Amino acid sequence: MSGTTVTRADLSEAVYQEVGLSRNDSANLVETILNEMVESLTRGETVKISSFGSFSVRQKGQRIGRNPKTGEEVPILPRKVLVFRASHVLKNKINRALSKAAAKAAAPAAPTPAGATSSAPKS
Amino acid sequence: MTKSELILKLAERNPHLYQRDVERIVSTVFDEITSALARGDRVELRGFGAFSVKRRQSRTGRNPRTGEAVQVSEKAVPFFKTGKELREKLNTKG
Repeated sequence: MSGTTVTRADLSEAVYQEVGLSRNDSANLVETILNEMVESLTRGETVKISSFGSFSVRQKGQRIGRNPKTGEEVPILPRKVLVFRASHVLKNKINRALSKAAAKAAAPAAPTPAGATSSAPKS
Repeated sequence: MTKSELILKLAERNPHLYQRDVERIVSTVFDEITSALARGDRVELRGFGAFSVKRRQSRTGRNPRTGEAVQVSEKAVPFFKTGKELREKLNTKG
């Protein structure tokens, strides 16, 4: 697949195209959305975006790590980490796109997949 | 916080916008991330984090109850890596 990177600029461009606010306002709104999510998460809340996924904060305990280069033992302090769980809707969308791409790639080379693979993509 | 609470907050902060428009803005942002991932693209939001898609090869799994071998087909899973700034923020408060 293409392997390009989408950034804030692309998100604000999409908002600009879709809603018709000024480019400046669109960029500010994208920023505000992210800020609100960050604030909620730093308060320790879970952020749930339906049909996209949920972000939650998990507390990690202290453990002993090791510097892989020197072999030296280093304590890893207790800390908070952010976990993202993708919703099924998002997972399905990604996989549907993936199997379509695979079907396209496979079709010219092997016109009859002959049902040999159980992973035969549904079109 | 849920998506609708996020929409309410944004509407409060932007009284000049219709709530309907705020809803569209929020949906557009997440839809845009979704379609980028569906294309296999990465989404990088500095200070927040990056979304990417990881491929999992097909494998032979096992039904844990019966022990029966099951073919699990190739799949892609969305992955999120927390940005540095957000990671630090989570650990400064509380």
